[in-house]
Amino acid sequence: MSHTQQPVFIALQANNDTLPIIEAIQADNPEAVVHEYPAMVKIDAPGYLVVKRASVEERLGRPFDLQELQINLISLSGSLDETDEEFTLQWKSA
Amino acid sequence: MTVEIRTQAIKPLRNTFGHIARRFGEKTASRYQEGTYDLQTETNRHYKPLWEPELDIYDKRRTAVQMKDWYALKDPRQFYYGSYTIARAKQQDALDRQMDFAEKRELLRSLPEAAQQTILFALVPLRHYEWGANMNQCYAASYGWGAAITQAAMLGAMDRLGNAQHLSRIGLLVDGNTGHSLAQAKDTWLTHPDWQPIRREVERSFVTRDWFELLVAQTLIADGLVYPLFYQQVDAWMARRHGVGLATVLDHMMRWQDETAKWVDAVIKTAVAESPENRALIQGWAQQWRGAFLNALSPLAEAVMGADGAAALAAVNTALGARLAKLGLEA
Amino acid sequence: MNAPQAPQTLNKPAKKLSLKENYALLTRGLGWEPTYQDKDDIYPKVKFEGIKIHDWDKWEDPFRLTMDAYWKYQGEKERKLYAIIDAFQQNNGQHNVSDARYLQALKVFLNGVVGLEYSAHRGFNMIGREFPGVGAAIAAQMQAVDELRHAQTQIHALSHYNKYFTGMAEFPHQFDRTWYLSIPKSFFEDAISAGPFEYIIAICFSFEYVLTNLVFMPWMSGAAYNGDMSTVSFGFSAQSDEARHMTLGIEVIKFLLEQDPANVPIVQGWIDKWFWRGYRLLTLIAAMMDYMLPKRVMAWNEAWDIYFEQNGGALFADLARYGIRMPKHWEQTVKEKEHASHQLWCTFYQFRHAAGFPVWLPTAEEMDWFSVKYPTTFDTYYRPRYEYWRELEEKGTPFVNATLPQLCQTCQWPLLFTEADDPTTICHREETYLGDKFHFCSDGCHDIFRHEPEKFVHAHLPVHQIYQGNYFNPGVDPTAPDFNPLVEALKYMGINPGVDGGDFQGHIDAVNWERWTNKPANMHAPMQTQPPAHTDDRKTA
Repeated sequence: MSHTQQPVFIALQANNDTLPIIEAIQADNPEAVVHEYPAMVKIDAPGYLVVKRASVEERLGRPFDLQELQINLISLSGSLDETDEEFTLQWKSA
Repeated sequence: MTVEIRTQAIKPLRNTFGHIARRFGEKTASRYQEGTYDLQTETNRHYKPLWEPELDIYDKRRTAVQMKDWYALKDPRQFYYGSYTIARAKQQDALDRQMDFAEKRELLRSLPEAAQQTILFALVPLRHYEWGANMNQCYAASYGWGAAITQAAMLGAMDRLGNAQHLSRIGLLVDGNTGHSLAQAKDTWLTHPDWQPIRREVERSFVTRDWFELLVAQTLIADGLVYPLFYQQVDAWMARRHGVGLATVLDHMMRWQDETAKWVDAVIKTAVAESPENRALIQGWAQQWRGAFLNALSPLAEAVMGADGAAALAAVNTALGARLAKLGLEA
Repeated sequence: MNAPQAPQTLNKPAKKLSLKENYALLTRGLGWEPTYQDKDDIYPKVKFEGIKIHDWDKWEDPFRLTMDAYWKYQGEKERKLYAIIDAFQQNNGQHNVSDARYLQALKVFLNGVVGLEYSAHRGFNMIGREFPGVGAAIAAQMQAVDELRHAQTQIHALSHYNKYFTGMAEFPHQFDRTWYLSIPKSFFEDAISAGPFEYIIAICFSFEYVLTNLVFMPWMSGAAYNGDMSTVSFGFSAQSDEARHMTLGIEVIKFLLEQDPANVPIVQGWIDKWFWRGYRLLTLIAAMMDYMLPKRVMAWNEAWDIYFEQNGGALFADLARYGIRMPKHWEQTVKEKEHASHQLWCTFYQFRHAAGFPVWLPTAEEMDWFSVKYPTTFDTYYRPRYEYWRELEEKGTPFVNATLPQLCQTCQWPLLFTEADDPTTICHREETYLGDKFHFCSDGCHDIFRHEPEKFVHAHLPVHQIYQGNYFNPGVDPTAPDFNPLVEALKYMGINPGVDGGDFQGHIDAVNWERWTNKPANMHAPMQTQPPAHTDDRKTA
């Protein structure tokens, strides 16, 4: 499914638990840009951003359920799709 | 120049909010109190509801029951959102372990065919009963008056969804995650003759407009019969025949009901004690719905437990009577 | 335990269910088509708005939370949040915020936002019952209890501040009566009194999706910048719920638009109305961000650019394929972003004696920040005003507005906004309906009234009520010689006259702050009071 270049973002609390998640996002989304704000990290990407369970788990060192994102998620932008393996934000083109 | 911070504690100017202090005095209040009392707006409304212009968006006239103070119907469990979710998360952790154990050891999948069919016939269709209860508690939470009772009603509605999902999981433990049990249970709920009287009453509750009557019908009467019947009587009947495998995953339901009954009993008892008019109203509702549910459960009790069914239902009804008497109603 | 009997179903191992499958099995089939009662009697509210739904099963819930997962994650968030609130209380964290002016913003929050959260809770309870589709009903119910969470965690996070500072002890009473709080109250009552589809578009889409980032993102960062551990923890914890609400909002709009083309113009009308009402409500946030945060994160015009013009732009570009366009009057919001916060603060300054919190003029340092952030407007239109008012204060003749403002019939703001292309002229629209004259702050509000006059004529406007002589407590005698209508109106509203509002200089919060912390009440100005004489209680050996 093709996507537009309209910006999507995910914002997470800045704490110990989100470090591996942020690293995983950076590794899997080469066009993503990470902005640091007080107590918060906002990651912007043009049109598409994916959080992969396996990538997070690799960096975390224990089994990870993508639904755990709930705990530290602050906000997001874009159409969301969630499976067991991937949490994706994108603006789909017509 | 450095300035030393005084080491003595700074005394607060007040201990709590004004409306809380007027109720309970100038002392530290609990989180339940601060998070519940007087939270719903009471006056100076702006617009007539398009969906019911003859009444207000919140309106005391949506029930015939009258209270001087609707916040007298407080929750003895003191559930506000935080204490509620933390309690439920803890309970769910324990329940998940029970379910994991049951799944690993195939406690339900390894039961004889007849036992599995009893589960699919008698218990899994109750997931729809729970969904109906969810709808009814949402109704009370929507159209009730005051944050105290509507909060408890809504948190209870989420409990009903949790219970519905728990019963669904029990079905999946039987069918090995194929979902066949759920399809069969739905068919039972919709078409089996012994289940139709119950479904008829549940659908009748959906068009009951007095939200307090609905709470009486659902949480006091219907649950007061259904839970002991299925989760005590049928549970024990199954255990005598097939061992306690089922009980390991079913006992959650009765523990939930016992905890919830504390809230239901406190609310009903307080409302009944408020006035003879309230008592007469609630008595009338309790009587009418009790008769209806007893009639509806009778064929079902027999279908599940055979010759033992009638006695089981009678025992449950007697126990309900004793409970009602404690609340100031007729036994 | 009995030994297993001949296993009839033990042929293959139980299959592992995916997130999607698990959710579908545990949720989708719970409801059924009723046969003993008319479905229209069970769901009496879903047809009157003209929205057509052909298949509720097309509803997609992206987060797919079952109740056990909901309790688990929300329980964990609550544990973490309350641990912070407890620590804050035990350590008197209220003294660590940047200065005592910051505290005033918390009053607007407690008195204005808690009531909104509670209203949202009740509104979503209703949707949770009135929608026939199980997936949609469950999503609404989860939001309903989330909103209860927000109301309560806000109360709990701010409870400790109430013990030390004024203007926070009567929040339910004020929400029902205080003149500027009729803005948020009427907003939500407009939504709840509407039908379920309008409600869900108004709140889930227009408010929660399009506009919510403007409330929380800069605001909670502001709380963090200003050392307010309690509020920032609440805010970020609440925001994770908002992410689910936002996805509900976008799912709702797509679901309605995809169900039937007849829904498109109805939905567009609601988007227009609620974008504008939501935008007007957010003006309160603009002033809080620009004027009440001693350490500022960003300016309102920057926040509007990021979170509406860019993000909102992307959203509406996505919806264009359904035939949805940008909301009416959006261009005006872009022009207004250079003015709104200043116009509002000037208004609160003039009416500070009637507010539930003290007001102050910006310092020279703060005005220089405004000059940089608002290069096209601040020095031309607002600096001269503030500098003049400062002169009057120093002369001992501070400016106050002794009359009461005309309120807008729709949004209930005072008519303080100027014409989009002329910041020297107040925008004022009028309409006569059934012989009565009604007033509006903008074309946006005028349009809303024109579309539903029968609804909006009933609005309870506090200023009108004061002039009609309705705003005083029972037992007060308006014929008594010493009857003071403004003082009695303030008491009726739950505001302590002469204590809660007025000038920040000399306000009891400022005095107490300096006494308790030995820090200036205004960090951009010198101490208001003399520092306490250093007392040495230590005994020498």
